[in-house]
Amino acid sequence: MTRAVERVVEAPPGRPLRPRRGRADAWPLVLPALLPVALFSVYPLAQGLYLGFTDARAGRGVVTRFTGFDNFARLLSDELFWSSFRIGIVWAFSVTVLQFVAGLGLALLLDQDLRLRWLARTLALVPWAMPPVIIAIMWRLLLNPNHGALPGGVNWLGEFSTALPAVIVIGVWAGMPQTTITLLAGLQTIDGSLREAAAVDGAGAWRRFWHITLPGLRPVIVAITTLDLIWNLNSFALVYVLTAGGPGGQTMLPMLFAYNAAFRYGEFGYASAMGGVLVVLVVGFLLVYLRGQLRRAP
Amino acid sequence: MKRPLQYLALACYVAFLGFPLLWLLGTAMKGPDELTTGGVVPLSPTFENFGDAVGRADLITAATNSLVVALGTTALVLVLALPSAYALARYRTRLKIAANAWVLVSQVFPVILVALPLFLILRQFRLVDSLVGLTLVHAVYALPFALWMLQGYIAAIPRDVEEAGVVDGAGRLRVLVSIVAPLLAPGLVATAMFTMISSWNEFFFALVLIQDPAKVTLPLTLARFVGAEGQVQLGALAAGALLATVPSLLFFAAIQRRLTSGLLSGAVKG
Repeated sequence: MTRAVERVVEAPPGRPLRPRRGRADAWPLVLPALLPVALFSVYPLAQGLYLGFTDARAGRGVVTRFTGFDNFARLLSDELFWSSFRIGIVWAFSVTVLQFVAGLGLALLLDQDLRLRWLARTLALVPWAMPPVIIAIMWRLLLNPNHGALPGGVNWLGEFSTALPAVIVIGVWAGMPQTTITLLAGLQTIDGSLREAAAVDGAGAWRRFWHITLPGLRPVIVAITTLDLIWNLNSFALVYVLTAGGPGGQTMLPMLFAYNAAFRYGEFGYASAMGGVLVVLVVGFLLVYLRGQLRRAP
Repeated sequence: MKRPLQYLALACYVAFLGFPLLWLLGTAMKGPDELTTGGVVPLSPTFENFGDAVGRADLITAATNSLVVALGTTALVLVLALPSAYALARYRTRLKIAANAWVLVSQVFPVILVALPLFLILRQFRLVDSLVGLTLVHAVYALPFALWMLQGYIAAIPRDVEEAGVVDGAGRLRVLVSIVAPLLAPGLVATAMFTMISSWNEFFFALVLIQDPAKVTLPLTLARFVGAEGQVQLGALAAGALLATVPSLLFFAAIQRRLTSGLLSGAVKG
């Protein structure tokens, strides 16, 4: 893990301004940020991981007793947990894949010299800037069976069979723009002369895409899909306002499940255990994925 | 490639991205009797709903709270991030690896895991249900991304410029303030805007930490309307939602290119 992270985060080598004083100089500059981060981010994270092993509850001043793996055992036998887990995986992978495919398509289009691309470019910015809560409100109004924009009176967000697909489409709408803009910026860093040379050598559009564009985009693709997947796995606000996990738990993402456990039922320990499971999942995925990607990189 | 096909694809994208927005705008401009009919374009457009939204005391309170928190968060983040980002961009130390690993970690863990302990810590400091507490939390959680962005911008500034200052006998902080900061201005602006908007849009921590109706932020207030939507408030809700988005939209439109290059240099170069 450490080596993988180091290789990812290590910047290109730079020389310190004054070699002898380099290290000691850095501390005073970093310290002011370090303190609040330690108090409000590192410590709560450690505390949260610990709470997962206790019976912490809201009220009565959060009496805690160390209970070992009790919460985790309870999770394993909790059907709601398993269903939220399944839904979370389906949601995160569907949204990530769809927003990558759609985003790459749009980025390639916007990279072309098309007449109305400024419009698409501007539109692609909007969902990015919109608060998730407002995106959710907009789609609720749009999909409302009585006065919404789609004919047929289908209660898209309220039917068992349509709720999850509807929420996934909305997730793609909300997340695709950032993917698009990032990929577009990546496209513009690729040396155009490579493509021209390939075209002169007789390579078709598909071959140029496959052998030049895609490899050139590789670092950006790895970064954005990894982040998208993690963000989607951890997403909360959008679906909370869209469906609050309903109907009948059909859109109960892991974060919603944990939020309910903690702030509706006051089961802090149980909710923290759920958060811990999410962390292990994400870190495990990162390890496997990044290791694979780094090995393939030159 | 086939031009017509490309235009067809572009049209599909524009419809997919644009239609919901158009529909929201249409709804915001419909009169009461038109709201329950499904049409996209209002037959007799009105701005009444915007007036209603702005006139609602709860929306004004919430918008003011959001603005206070967003401004406070931005100021705090810049003060904390500038020196750190500089140190991280210019020195090769273990600290740099640790800090950058933290940037990654902070993007990775689910907020629910920190929400509970954070709630307890803030309660100790009597900062639950307080805009100061929310500002602190927003700042701490916006910091990693700001660090990431700023590092990219700083790395792009040639060192020679600084070395001239060092030779002239200026201290490290002096160099940072009087040489680096001015060159960094566009990057600082982009980072500030990005921080401000993430705070303006933030929902989860506000939901967990704020209960007092006098302290709620705009996303909280708007989310509360949901469920009452089939009723009279429909138009005002759409108008309020639009108004809440306008500031972010303007900022994003203004800084789009810079933001993307910042994110990209952060993501690719670390």
